[in-house]
Amino acid sequence: MEWDFLLIQALSGLASASSLFVIASGLTIVFGVTRIVNFAHGSFYMLGAYAAVTIVPWLLEFDRSPALFFAGVLVSALVVGVLGVVMEVTLLRRIYRVPELFQLLATFGVVLIVQDLVLLIWGPMDITGPRAPGLRHAVLILDQRFPAYELFLIFVGPAVLALLWLLMHRTRFGVLIRAATQDREMVGALGVNQAMLFTGTLFLGAALAGLGGALQIPRVSANPQMDLSIIAEAFVVTVIGGMGSVPGAFLAALLIGQLQAFGVLVFPKITLVLVFLLMAVVLVVKPWGLLGKPEAAAGRAVLPEGIIDPKRLDRASQALIVVALAAVLALPLLDAYAVKVGTEVLILALAAFSLNFLVGNGGIVSFGHAAYFGLGAYGAGLLVVRAGAPMEAALAAAPFVAGAFAALFGFFVVRLSGIYLAMLTLAFAQIAYAVVFQWVEVTGGDNGLVGVWPSRWAASREVYHHLVAACCVVAIVALRRVIHAPFGATLRAARDSAQRADATGVDVRTHRWLAFTLAGSAAGLAGGLYAFSKGSIDPTLLGIPMSVDFLSMLLLGGIQSVLGPIAGAAAFHAVKDFFMPLTDHWRLFLGLSIIAMVLVFPRGLAGFWAGLRRRPA
Amino acid sequence: MPRFTLSRRALGAAALATAARPAFAQGAGGTIRIGELNSYSRMAAFAVPYRNAMQQAQDEVNAAGGVMGGRRIEFVFRDDGATPGDAVRVAEELLTRENVAFLAGTFLSNVGLAVSDFANQRRRLFLATEPLTDALTMAQGNRYTWRLRPSTFMQTRMLVEAIRGRNVRRWAIVAPNYEYGQSAAANFKRLLPAAIPGAEIVAEQFPALGRIDAGATVGALGRSRPDGIFNVLFGPDLTAFVREGNTRGLFERRTVVSLLTGEPEYLIPLGEETPEGWIVTGYPWDQVTGMPAHQPFVDAYRARFNDTPRKGSLLGYVTVQVIANLLNRANTLDNEALINTLADLRTDTVVGPVAMRGIDHQGTMGTWVGETTVRDRQGAMRNARYADGADYMFSAEEVRAARRPA
Repeated sequence: MEWDFLLIQALSGLASASSLFVIASGLTIVFGVTRIVNFAHGSFYMLGAYAAVTIVPWLLEFDRSPALFFAGVLVSALVVGVLGVVMEVTLLRRIYRVPELFQLLATFGVVLIVQDLVLLIWGPMDITGPRAPGLRHAVLILDQRFPAYELFLIFVGPAVLALLWLLMHRTRFGVLIRAATQDREMVGALGVNQAMLFTGTLFLGAALAGLGGALQIPRVSANPQMDLSIIAEAFVVTVIGGMGSVPGAFLAALLIGQLQAFGVLVFPKITLVLVFLLMAVVLVVKPWGLLGKPEAAAGRAVLPEGIIDPKRLDRASQALIVVALAAVLALPLLDAYAVKVGTEVLILALAAFSLNFLVGNGGIVSFGHAAYFGLGAYGAGLLVVRAGAPMEAALAAAPFVAGAFAALFGFFVVRLSGIYLAMLTLAFAQIAYAVVFQWVEVTGGDNGLVGVWPSRWAASREVYHHLVAACCVVAIVALRRVIHAPFGATLRAARDSAQRADATGVDVRTHRWLAFTLAGSAAGLAGGLYAFSKGSIDPTLLGIPMSVDFLSMLLLGGIQSVLGPIAGAAAFHAVKDFFMPLTDHWRLFLGLSIIAMVLVFPRGLAGFWAGLRRRPA
Repeated sequence: MPRFTLSRRALGAAALATAARPAFAQGAGGTIRIGELNSYSRMAAFAVPYRNAMQQAQDEVNAAGGVMGGRRIEFVFRDDGATPGDAVRVAEELLTRENVAFLAGTFLSNVGLAVSDFANQRRRLFLATEPLTDALTMAQGNRYTWRLRPSTFMQTRMLVEAIRGRNVRRWAIVAPNYEYGQSAAANFKRLLPAAIPGAEIVAEQFPALGRIDAGATVGALGRSRPDGIFNVLFGPDLTAFVREGNTRGLFERRTVVSLLTGEPEYLIPLGEETPEGWIVTGYPWDQVTGMPAHQPFVDAYRARFNDTPRKGSLLGYVTVQVIANLLNRANTLDNEALINTLADLRTDTVVGPVAMRGIDHQGTMGTWVGETTVRDRQGAMRNARYADGADYMFSAEEVRAARRPA
């Protein structure tokens, strides 16, 4: 055995683990206290790197000393911490009373805004920061060269862990953080100023992300894509470790660092999916992560989030639906492009509706719904391209392909609950994505496959639009029927209290599993329709951004409402389609629109509509 | 340089919002509109200089009297969202609402392929500019799709020619794990034995795009003790890889061959860390010789945008030159006639003559091959020479075997 090589490789893994831990520790603390799935954490990491490549070279002008370098890194971290406070005070604080999931949408808006602000402030070119003075060289270890800076990084992780331990156990602020992580309601009931606690936590979390980014500048260049490249991995670390557990995050980071360092030797092509495979295995075996605990409040009766009472539609709502339906069918009278956008809105509406069937009605929050959308598209597309099947057969097969995979993945998913369930759906989605991405011979890899066009009779935009309208309306009406049926009511009962539902004789797991499969099939039908509207399939259909788009749509529409996600899909797609041709900075405007809607309609568009209806005339 | 663009057309579109607009007739005498879609947001480092040069070329063409006997050309720029789904919708919008004559652009290969198939379905010309995948002009080529820029295969072949006959036998490959990286690696493996008899591949690493674990990758490559390294990484992955490799001495006494690294887009971020003596393809805009039209292009670009040209700038400029020549020769906007004219069309561009080869729809635009060096603490190229794309294309037999009969 080449012991010297294995040692060096292990040290490389430790250095990566250390960096990963610094970032993930912030994410896990923020989640523990606020329960916010903070998508913007990656943005703080990116801002930390950009702040450092701006501040550190300026400081080094005075004196190229290690002290000034690390002072610059710390200042960058503090600056980012302040930005975290800004986000908490201006945005999150206004929406703490709305469903927790809704805050996810707000942080997603922040991600979009930060991406474009970074481009506007620092420009599109990657910026390479300076190396750390005094740590530029390599150290000889068993005749192998190893960068001194990475040796230093190896010690940063444990140091941060120790400091966090001191903070958590020796300060009042730390005690409050731990208390809130265990039981937030109780902390509030005991009279702790939650606003201050949350602001402090966001500062700590953002500063840790900023520190993680700033420490990277001697290794990687600051670039506008680094936010999304880190966020998934940071989530994986926090989930494997147990959400809210700092030592757990440390353990998980060590595990992932070594897995990657040695994984590239054995499977050089599998790095895309290795961490998600690990997460799936850990969650199946240990449902709360390595060091996580089940939520203390899990058994307590909480105000349910989601559809509470699917009432019959009142007159005004009925009228609204009739008008919307007539408008959809009359789109071909407008112009050709409006038809194209209308077709896509219908498809996305079905996908968002099927997701809300899980989230709003079943309390099963899926972060990987795009997997079933994409698998439906691939099922249909592969039948057409590889087997020469006609469109009709392929479309009919799409929901079955997606449903089969939803049943397979769902079997494991429904054993979990809450954020762990969400992360397992994400893991399965990423595994499906990786398979589609890597299996070039069959799926065409990341280039995808082209030539998925409708049959001759449905080739025109207008006919295809009406075909899509028919399929989507029928599917949505059917799913709505299920929500109103006893099966839907049972799902709501299981969502609100799994134990009570269980006690009354409901087989909770089987009900959830069936619901997951049904929602997956509906998403698969949407995916099949989408493939034929684009003429091509490719892995982006299964990607995380697509899943996040679906979540945004249904949150925008309102998860308490049965039909809200349809309005959400229309609004989201229309806003995107409106801003994209206008400017390069459409993400900025999309993000601002999302945040504006979060603030103006804190219960979604449907909640706003219901509020209008309730107001006395 | 931060630049906030909100085009006048865009504001007009905003004013009209969702109202249906009458399609502008592309009648005789009017302005000729061409749809340009690219990843201006996601790939801004490439796409913004590219668009700058297109606007520069468009204005120059119009100032010189336009095309087809006095008609102005106008590019309608759109963000393709960097996903095939968004790109196909944008292409549809350009054709139906903006009433463009045909389409050009795209960056990512999957986006390029999706738009190419869409163009084929709608029977409109699509002049792909940046997507490098060989599939675009080979296995998935179609009548309506043409590409200007040298493909992955052509650029790999240029590099392999540059090391022909060297006594470097053990090779390691590092490439981003997606189609561009995989097909560059496959091309390299295919071409290497003919250039260096007895050469072997001793290691391959495929880190995920944008997420390289540089320490682990450098360690794994070093373990195989190669004599040469073929690198396909670019962007942030490349910077991380180079820094790690420099510190650990991975590149010492080794021949390194690297795709695209000499392009200003990727060379500028490397700065003083640019390794010495890598054999690369790129664009040394300040050392171009034997191309009389090139220096005026550079001067005008620098004067107008207060920035040095990138590879994207050159590509954008040449694209407009080819399009203007195409319109003049065809003298019609009928897409079938345009495609017939485009076959083997020769254009005198700022990089010399460029032909659009009829059998595989691939342009003969070339690129520069040279070595990297550090000059004034900046990355630069030395000993660069222009490799004419015409000398590095797929053979006619290979094309016939790969392309479906039109």
